[in-house]
Amino acid sequence: MFDNFVNLWHGFAVAGDPFNILLMVVGILLGVIIGVLPGLGGANGVAILLPLTFSMSPTSAIILLSCIYWGALFGGAITSVLFNIPGEPWSVATTFDGHPMARQGKAGEALTAAFTSSFVGAFVAILMITLVAPLVAAFALRFGPAEKFAVYFLAFCSFVGMSKEPPAKTIVSMMIGFALAAVGLDMVTGQLRLTFGSEELLNGFDFLIAVIGLFGIGEILLTMEEGLEFRGKSAKIDAKVVLRTWASLPRYWATSIRSCIIGCWMGITPAGATPASFMAYGIAKRVSKNGKNFGNGEIEGVVAPETAAHAAGTSALLPMLALGVPGSPTAAVLLGGLLIWGLQPGPMLFVEQKDFVWGLIASMYLGNVVGLIVVLTTVPLFAAILRIPFSIIAPVILVICAIGAYTVNNNVFDVVMMLVFGVLGYVLKKTNYPLAPLVLAIVLGDSAEEAFRQSLLASGGSIGIFWSNPLVSTIMGLGLVAALYPMISNLLSRLRSPQPA
Amino acid sequence: MKNFHALGLGTLTALGLAAMSILPAAAEWKPTKPVEFIVPAGTGGGADQMARTLQGIIAKHELMPTQLIVINKSGGAGGEGFLDVKNSKANPHKIVITLSNLFTTPLATGIPFNWKDMTPVAMLALDEFVLWVNAQDPYKTAQEYEAAIKAAPDGTFKMGGTGSKQEDQIITVAIEKALGKKMTYIPYKGGGEVAVQLVGGHVNSTVNNPIEAVSQWRGDKVRPLCVFDGKQLPYTDKILGDLSWSSIPTCKSAGLDVEYVMLRGIFMPPGVSEEQVAYFVDLFKKVRETPEWQQLMKDGAFNQTFMAGPEFKDWLTKAEATHKGLMQEAGFIAAAN
Repeated sequence: MFDNFVNLWHGFAVAGDPFNILLMVVGILLGVIIGVLPGLGGANGVAILLPLTFSMSPTSAIILLSCIYWGALFGGAITSVLFNIPGEPWSVATTFDGHPMARQGKAGEALTAAFTSSFVGAFVAILMITLVAPLVAAFALRFGPAEKFAVYFLAFCSFVGMSKEPPAKTIVSMMIGFALAAVGLDMVTGQLRLTFGSEELLNGFDFLIAVIGLFGIGEILLTMEEGLEFRGKSAKIDAKVVLRTWASLPRYWATSIRSCIIGCWMGITPAGATPASFMAYGIAKRVSKNGKNFGNGEIEGVVAPETAAHAAGTSALLPMLALGVPGSPTAAVLLGGLLIWGLQPGPMLFVEQKDFVWGLIASMYLGNVVGLIVVLTTVPLFAAILRIPFSIIAPVILVICAIGAYTVNNNVFDVVMMLVFGVLGYVLKKTNYPLAPLVLAIVLGDSAEEAFRQSLLASGGSIGIFWSNPLVSTIMGLGLVAALYPMISNLLSRLRSPQPA
Repeated sequence: MKNFHALGLGTLTALGLAAMSILPAAAEWKPTKPVEFIVPAGTGGGADQMARTLQGIIAKHELMPTQLIVINKSGGAGGEGFLDVKNSKANPHKIVITLSNLFTTPLATGIPFNWKDMTPVAMLALDEFVLWVNAQDPYKTAQEYEAAIKAAPDGTFKMGGTGSKQEDQIITVAIEKALGKKMTYIPYKGGGEVAVQLVGGHVNSTVNNPIEAVSQWRGDKVRPLCVFDGKQLPYTDKILGDLSWSSIPTCKSAGLDVEYVMLRGIFMPPGVSEEQVAYFVDLFKKVRETPEWQQLMKDGAFNQTFMAGPEFKDWLTKAEATHKGLMQEAGFIAAAN
């Protein structure tokens, strides 16, 4: 443990070099721009810029790339709040309360809360990496297919009872998502499913296309129907909004801590940032005394998912370094980069490449501080975008959405799909089917199915594998409780209510 | 190389000739805009790593006047990427890196493409496969592990691998045939994940490529038993204690008569001119001389065979027949074929 601190101190000396600090600022700014443009996600941004870094030392290069990654994480929240278009899977939950806040003219507050929570989540995750890195790596190794499925199961279950809409509608929406996720190659048998001989459907439905359509285009259609009135018009430019929001944030300390724990845990397991953000939101909604108001612009509903997503996103770097398994697509590209610099991620990296690893960890601390300062200064600027009349901004959003959809796979078919999803999103919204479960199922459906079938292969078809050890049993148990929670609480309140009489 | 257009691509040859007559310096063709480098697999895997290393080497040593842009098209077990190349007729600004899915994907899924639909450029290297077990397991040699599999009931031993009906599962089926026992094959998305599942004890063995498992070996988490090649690997750098890649015996010598290597090759769309192909053959010859490439070969214990022209085409024809045979025996051929 003490060794870690000595190493970290040395790491600060490496990362604190003025050139490296400059790279951090550049990286964060680039990252924010990448995060704001939907489709050009962090993974793409890092991949495009990877070759530029070959002339630098490995430490400087990874600092630049990881700062782009953090910038993109920060930036993803901007479009979620302002336009209801999540740029990354883990920003979906941020739209639930972030966008309603923007409509009420509180975009500045929502953005400040999102950025600050991101920072808190990431910071706690880095602290954890510093303190318990070796233990965490050993824990991650215990996750086989059954344990992974249990985690996804928990994420889905904690969602079913959460929605404002009746559970039946949530489940219908989730099932549509699963069906869409099943299109493409079946990983377990190597066969094509539901492609109907179409070459365009080989790749299945990309999450980003679905989200840009369902949320972005769907939102524009709804707004048009309601008379071209942009609902965020009353947003004021006010530099003090940051300080005012900060003053209100400590009230949600319990939510923050809970989300940090969920995030760190999900990042390591490695289920990733998306289920972490959904779970944190779901649990906050249940537990918080403002829970009923969630979905109507509650600041706590922004704090919970953002904190968890960043804690997960950051702690996911640990399995990557210690085990060589990337926790996210962006981490996968970073991993490729490490190999090019001759750094072999794996158990020996912490022993053989101390300078590099601790330089990276130190840069996470500095990069996040730099990132927070950079993005907070942009809050009034972004909030001001909402003052532009809708008739001007709507076509701009449409074009950005179309470009975003095209960039995902360089495919015109995806732009058409985006429009189809837009109409679907509009119809679902008009009929009060929640969109979030659909999105969650598209994002995680594939992985959950894969883990489920891998488990059954390993057990020879016996479902008992999901209860075969304390770890997996506990997670499955939590999942069942989460799924049945509305029924249980209903029952409890019915039992209690006759008593006072 | 001289007989490239003897494949019945008459119209395309005409197109190619037309293109050449427009370009005055056709004899020394050079890319005039960024070249797309298609990876028919996801980010982070072996093919992707090699493509991104190539991109880095070419940029660093300024081997090409324009940029090389890596694009992942992994849909349909890589079918998406191959179809893109097949449909970009006579486009010299597009190349694709291959893995075994060049042969296995059309056979297993019925996606309509064949290596003959594209223009072969060069074989860059051959990737090796090694049989790995967890270092805490008692099996020190391939013979001990084989004996344990033979002694247990069918399906007791779990083999983890990348993808379904692709190279790892083909090798697994070949092992099953050699031993006369069934194993349980569990497919995962990527080679790195497979290696970690072995370290975590969720599978009994894997046939990871050297580069996918080397870091776990150095950390003494996994143990190599034998290599699925005709001869031992040449690399003598120490990896764990006194052991190096060269100390791993061949599987054949250990009583497991299975051989398999995987192509890492470059293809172009159909209908490109000989000059354009020659440019890329030359480019990759230059790449092979860089220290970065040498390092990658050493890290991943690659078989450094280089081939181009008719020799490469002969190799491809044979490899396709081998895969067809292996997949037919394993029952992996799609109904559409």
